[in-house]
Order: sequence, then structure tokens, then C-alpha cells
Amino acid sequence: MNALAPSSPDNARRSPAEIALIAAAYAIVGLMLVLPPVLVFTEALRSGLGAALASITDPDALSAIKLTLEMTVAAVAINTSFGVLAAWLLAKYRFPGRSVLVALIEIPISVSPVVAGLVWLLLFGTQGWWGEALNRVGITIAFATPGILLATLFVTFPFVTRTLLPLMEQQGRDAEEAATLLGASFWRILWGVTLPEARWALLSGGLLTTARAMGEFGAVSVVSGHIPGLTETMPLHIETLYNGYQSVAAFSMAALLAIMAMATVGMRSLFEARMRREEPRKAETAGGGA
Amino acid sequence: MNLSATLSPTREPSTLHAKGRRARDPLPGFRLALGATLLWLGLIVVLPLAALAVRPWQEGASAMLAALNDGRMFAALRVSFQSAVLAAILDLPLGLILAWALVRTRLPGRRLIDALIDLPFAIPTAVTGITLATLYSPQGWLGAPLSRLGISVAYSVTGIVAALMFVGLPFIVRSVEPVLRDLPSELEEAATLLGARPWQIVARVLTPALLPSLISGFGLAFARGIGEYGSVIFIAGNQPFRSEIAPLLVVVRLQEFDYAGATSIAFILLVASSACLAAVAMLRRRAARGLVAEGAA
Repeated sequence: MNALAPSSPDNARRSPAEIALIAAAYAIVGLMLVLPPVLVFTEALRSGLGAALASITDPDALSAIKLTLEMTVAAVAINTSFGVLAAWLLAKYRFPGRSVLVALIEIPISVSPVVAGLVWLLLFGTQGWWGEALNRVGITIAFATPGILLATLFVTFPFVTRTLLPLMEQQGRDAEEAATLLGASFWRILWGVTLPEARWALLSGGLLTTARAMGEFGAVSVVSGHIPGLTETMPLHIETLYNGYQSVAAFSMAALLAIMAMATVGMRSLFEARMRREEPRKAETAGGGA
Repeated sequence: MNLSATLSPTREPSTLHAKGRRARDPLPGFRLALGATLLWLGLIVVLPLAALAVRPWQEGASAMLAALNDGRMFAALRVSFQSAVLAAILDLPLGLILAWALVRTRLPGRRLIDALIDLPFAIPTAVTGITLATLYSPQGWLGAPLSRLGISVAYSVTGIVAALMFVGLPFIVRSVEPVLRDLPSELEEAATLLGARPWQIVARVLTPALLPSLISGFGLAFARGIGEYGSVIFIAGNQPFRSEIAPLLVVVRLQEFDYAGATSIAFILLVASSACLAAVAMLRRRAARGLVAEGAA
């Protein structure tokens, strides 16, 4: 792509307007996009690496890290399994009500994080529809880990389906139908035919889910109850530390979370580049067959 | 691109059954996939949203009117909407410049800039929140020089706008960038040869071609901005009637156990951002159709 992209024909003759625009671009990137991450690490290391590491290995911090990892793994596992089935359904079949399902799956994207937390309190909070009743039989959902998981599931709901669907639609269903004629079962087709073709998209969707699940703040904040050591995830612990004027500890935690999120997103762009590189090859073979 | 690409079908899947649509689908798994999807969608999305839609009416119309007749709520909604609009507007020129620099120049570090543009998407909102609050605080790296100029950013509406600008910037860049890439640079060169001045090229050549993508970037940034919570609350002053955003008031009402109040604000936020995103999706479909028609002609 880059080889085809137009570039200024000769760099030696840039007009003053162009130079001004380029300077502006660097200024925007520097002030808006470079300073914030630099500040995170500077503040984290303000009292030295030892202090930063000590604040990350504090018991409450460790419990927040553990809870975040648990919630992320659970949310990714659940939303990926169901997301794959939903993408299969929407890509391979046409049926009445299909577009309604597509629209419903998209909804969580437009919902404010706070609202994504609130809806669970309406169901399971102390004044919610079923909160009291469930409490009486010893089940607590709001202000406990099940509530955090539900909020995380809601905000990361569409990502796997959204990433898989365009690709699975492009695949058509010829290979799947051939496999059916050869007697393959549904699971066999999904594992052996459809998913290998869509593996990069699946990974990309899973990583997007991971990144969002780790970093979710608003939704989790509403349902968690903020009990340090019990229901605090990493983002919530960052808030507690920051509001308690423990700046170094807050930014150390923030640096760790930022590294985790950026690593996830970085891996995802690698896979997406891979996906794009494989696509032209597929198009060529398809063109050759036609 | 994944942010805003809709799930709309691009191509009908081929079917072995050309004779009749009613014939049994040869592909196994329809019932299983449908059942799983309905269960998952029902439990995680439909059920909670149904609660949101029903709850405001549960205590009767008078309770709902009382909840709506709340000056603090309208003030918070106004702060959220105004800040989101202003931030998205201010992001337009910035995003346009970055998209132009990415597409039309061979700047050193272009790859790095490309990666940095997605940073606001990648960084968790709580991290963004405490970082911007520190950056723009009166002693902060940007806050100190600005306060010497008499501009205070943190703990006011200005801070809210600054945070929303950070969150919204990638939406503009990533909406404009592909369209600008498809626009032949010869267009600009021809305009230059014909004697157009740089501002004329921007106003007469670039802006009309990029307008749909600018509007959709604006819409995405705005929809995100009105609901944004984590990256805003640390830098906003959170003073009722002045610098309190609507999502924060939802949290405040919940802490007061005022579920009716919280739900009515939540409902308004949900309707506003859904309507905005639906409008963007419609605009994109139209723009796509326009391009197809042009290509076919």
C-alpha cells in the first residue's frame, strides 16, 4: 500500500504552508500523544524503580492485578465462544430477524460505560428487580465479582463478532457445504474449515476484547463497590490510590496497566497486518479459479 | 476499519438450493448457533437494556416527571453535550492535519505517528484520566505554562474539553485518512498549478471531498464524548451545575439510591449516542453507495 501512496514528489521544494502544517502535525503529536505516556512513566519512577515495584507488589495491588486477570480471562473466554457462534450464524445463514440481531449486538458500543454498569444494578442491586430475592438465597451479584464480570461482558460484547463477521461473510460457504457433503459434523466444520481461515481475525477480536476488559473503568466502577483487596480491579485501584494522594503508587499501577494494554493492542496490529498480507493471496487464488 | 465498520451484509452467501428457499439448509449447526446467540444476547444485552427501558415507568408517570424535572440533571447534560461538541469540533482541524501528514508526506517517524494516533484507544480510561489531570494541573507540564498565560485547564469545563479532545482525536484521523488516501494528490497539484492558494485548496478542493468523513469522525467522537467517564472525572472539577458531566451524575444518583434519577439520565445518554451512531452509519452507507455509483459510471 505504502509504495502506491502518493507522496510529495520532491522533498526539497516544500512550500511554506506545507512546512507550517508539518510543524503543526509534530506539535500535535508531541503535546497530545507523546507527553501523556511519558508522564505516566516519569511519575511512576519519581521515587525510583524500587518504590514503583513495591507499590505494585503491595497486597491490595496484587489482589487487584489478580482480579483483573481473572475477569479478563473469563470475559474473553465467554465472549469469544459465543461471539464465534454468533458470527457463524450471521455470516452463513439468511433468516428473518437477522438484521435485528446484528443491530442488537452492536448496541453495547454506543452505551456509556456508566450506563453499562447501571443496567446490572437495575437487575441485581439492592433496589433492583431480583437483588433482594437472590440475596435471600445467598447469591450476591452486585458489588461482588459476578457483577464485575457481567459489566465486563457487556462492554466487550460485540468485538469478536464484529471482527469475524466481515471475514466470514467474504469466505462464503462453499467450503463448509463441501465439508457437509463429505459428512463432517458442525463442530468439525467450524474447527477444521471455518476458523483456520479466520484465525487472524479471531485473534484480533480476542485481543481487542482483552484490552477493553483489562482497562474497563466506568462500568466496573458502578457495580464493584470498591472494596480494596476484594472487588477492586486494576483501574479501580488506580482511582483509589490517586484519590488518596498516593501518586507514585497510582502511576506505577497505571504504568503496568498501560503496558499490558499497549502490548495487547500492539500484538493485535501485528496480526492485522498479517491478515492484510494474506488477503491478496486469497484474492489471487479466487481470481484464478473464476 | 473495526471502530465503526457496520455488520451489514456485503454479499449473500451462495446456497446449494437454487430451487426453493424453503428447502432444508444443508449446512448443520443453524439451530445450535441460533440458540447460543439468542441466549448470550438475551442475558448480556437485551435483559439489562429492557430493565433500563422499563424501570423509569415502574414508579409511575409522576415519579418519572419528577426525575425529569431536575435542574442539576439538565445542567449536567448540557455540560456533557457542549463539551463533547466543542471537543469534536476542535479535533477536526487537528485530525485533518495528522491525516494529511500521514498520507501526503514522507515524514521521518511516520510509522511511529501512525501507531501513536491509536494510543487514546489503547490506554485504559482511568490511566488517561489521572495522566491528563496531572499534565494539566496548575503545577503540571502543560498546566504550569498555560496558567502563566492565564489559562486554567484542570478542574473546570476546559479540562473536560481537553480530555474529550484526547479521547476523540483518533476517530477523526481514522475517518479522514482512508478517504484522503483515495483522493488523488494530482487534484491538489492541479489546483496549485492553476494558481490556487493553499487555503483555497483546503476550502475548495479538500474540504468538499472530505466532508462526509469529517462529519462521521465528528459523530463518532461526539457519541463517545457524551458517555465518557474515566478519562474525564479526574480532570473535571465535578462541581454540580458547572463542571459535572452527566455520566458522573448517574453515579452520584446511584450512590443516593435514586434509581429513577440515575435511570432517566442513563436513558437520555443511551438514546443520544445511539441516534448519533445510527446517523453516522447511514452517512457511511450513503457515501459508500456514492462511491460505487461514481466508479460504475
